[in-house]
Amino acid sequence: MSDSKAIFLKDATVNAADGDQRAFINKALGGYYTNRDLQKARYRDWERARDAASMAKWSAVNDLANVLEKFVGNFERNGGVVHWARDAEEARTIILKIAEDVKAKAIVKSKCMTTEEIHLNDALEKAGYGVVESDLGEFIQQLRGEAPYHFVFPCMHVKREAISALFTKHLGTAPTDSPEELTMIARRHLRQLYIDADIGITGANFLVAETGQISITENEGNARLTAALPRIHIALSGIEKVVNHLDDLSVLLPMLATAGAGQPMTCYNTLYSGPRKKGECDGPEEFHLVLMDNARTRILADPEQRDSLHCIRCGACLNVCPIFKNIGGLAYGTTYQGPIGSVITPHLRGLKQWNHLSGASSLCGACTDACPVRIDLHHHLLHNRRNAAKQSPTLFDLAFHHGFTFVIKRPWLFALGGRIFRATLPLLQKLPLPYMGAWMKTRDLPKAPAQSFRDQWKNQNV
Amino acid sequence: MSDARSDIFARIREALKVKAPKPHLKGDGAAGKTSTVAKPWLPDGGETAEDSLTILAEQLAKLKAVLIRVPDHASAAKAVAELSASKNWKKVAYHGHDLLRPVVAALTCETWEADTSFDKQRLEGCDAGITTCESIVAQLGSILVSSASSGGRALSILPHVHVVVAESSQIVPDLGAALALAKARHGDQMPSMLSFITGPSRTGDIERILVLGAHGPKELYLILIG
Repeated sequence: MSDSKAIFLKDATVNAADGDQRAFINKALGGYYTNRDLQKARYRDWERARDAASMAKWSAVNDLANVLEKFVGNFERNGGVVHWARDAEEARTIILKIAEDVKAKAIVKSKCMTTEEIHLNDALEKAGYGVVESDLGEFIQQLRGEAPYHFVFPCMHVKREAISALFTKHLGTAPTDSPEELTMIARRHLRQLYIDADIGITGANFLVAETGQISITENEGNARLTAALPRIHIALSGIEKVVNHLDDLSVLLPMLATAGAGQPMTCYNTLYSGPRKKGECDGPEEFHLVLMDNARTRILADPEQRDSLHCIRCGACLNVCPIFKNIGGLAYGTTYQGPIGSVITPHLRGLKQWNHLSGASSLCGACTDACPVRIDLHHHLLHNRRNAAKQSPTLFDLAFHHGFTFVIKRPWLFALGGRIFRATLPLLQKLPLPYMGAWMKTRDLPKAPAQSFRDQWKNQNV
Repeated sequence: MSDARSDIFARIREALKVKAPKPHLKGDGAAGKTSTVAKPWLPDGGETAEDSLTILAEQLAKLKAVLIRVPDHASAAKAVAELSASKNWKKVAYHGHDLLRPVVAALTCETWEADTSFDKQRLEGCDAGITTCESIVAQLGSILVSSASSGGRALSILPHVHVVVAESSQIVPDLGAALALAKARHGDQMPSMLSFITGPSRTGDIERILVLGAHGPKELYLILIG
């Protein structure tokens, strides 16, 4: 058993047994379901909108070289600088180099899962820079020294009392149980940090090839401030974020908001095309974009799962997933939680160590149903299971597969096996069966029928 | 060692040698095309100007943004002056624009044309920022501002209150129309920032409970002329 699997099983078991925490998460998601359904009802045809969104991503991802080239040409024409990173280490090195070149001291960040993927904060802090997460949820998680619980709602598992205590400890503020007051504490604390920072780091939700703009979606205004006040703007993005046309956003932006958070539109959807232009009074002097592969081309090379690169990181699949709701986001031990995380993490970090996540699914298909860009999520979980069994089968896999193949090819043996199974079924009931413990704990085997199906078939007079 | 850019492109080209099937579509797949394709499946933005205005007013109310309709420019100035007096604004920053100068002239508090210099600290000390906009999206209640229409990037996000003064002719039915208009107006000389603002700044990060004014403006006013 891989270490990551052992940790997963332990954490998942503990969390699933915590009824209080589960009730808290379910209550938090309750409001989301209501709002999402209200907003979806405003679409004159949600299914057609999903068609459009999935085709917008499909056509870009399946023509990635050309679309990316076009984007980069236009982005550079707008005055931005593009950097290329094959993997996480190259991305960190590039960003550290920029920070060194511009003699930065303080860095402010807006929420960006790609920076979580490459553990950028650790690298920057080790190099001596002060880094502050400005998204409220990420700010709280940074103070807690904990990874995000959910890639859209990073601290949805933390109760207000804990946040109040956290702020008292780190910021010296008076305790309060009002979410409003807690939000204002963070607002006051962060304002001066935006003004003093030399570098603002953001992610990107979409890269628009037609115009060379990057699109950033957020609710709080922290990304707007991060890209407005510091003198250097660095954005980190995966290469798969590109779309062909500016008009694609007229579908993708509202759907991202509705599927992800039950909003008509996220509060700020901002397109950036370069640093401060001639005649503009503010904005950064330099705009750097780091385009990172980090195993995305590995997913691209798998046509069966290529559509997982369509993901717009709305988080809808997490919000409806019975596994996520029961074990929570931290148990996954991944940057991307929930069904999409279970699908792509084996590509990012290795199938052998991470295929267990694809087993942690009821295959109910709620994720596939919720996905605004029609990623075939629950089938990909099955694909991962199959690929893992092919790549490094366990002894049980081998024995079962070969045994089954041997028996099914020989009808007389199959019939004999059935006879023996029917006869010994009452006995089996009492034996501790290997691999069946968890299942049998709450279930009984069914009673054996008097006749096999084959005998019944033979004896029927039709 | 080859450089990262050519390596990544080589990997992409290699990966795409095998084709992937199209997604399972429910409709005819008239998607991913250009803005000439109507999208009668998205939320409605209204067919007539009157419809659009009704939808806009509904959306803004749900977003907790305040819509103030006035008949002419003089009453726009009066509305902003009343707002300023009732909220007791001491300092107001504004975008230097012909639509806004008469509005600002009617204010009794300290005013500052923010376009003239980049002074973050001074801007942070302002109670309100007054800007124009590029367009208003009825379908979603979004206001499109840009670094060109709104005195740069910071004026519409840093002060605690954001006031937008616009003419009702700036309303467009949907997001696609707003994007097409921005493209037609600016061509390949897009302002360095275009931002769709949909209600006052907000967060639900604490127990998924909605709080307004996370980092950006706590209050958003749209003064609509005509």
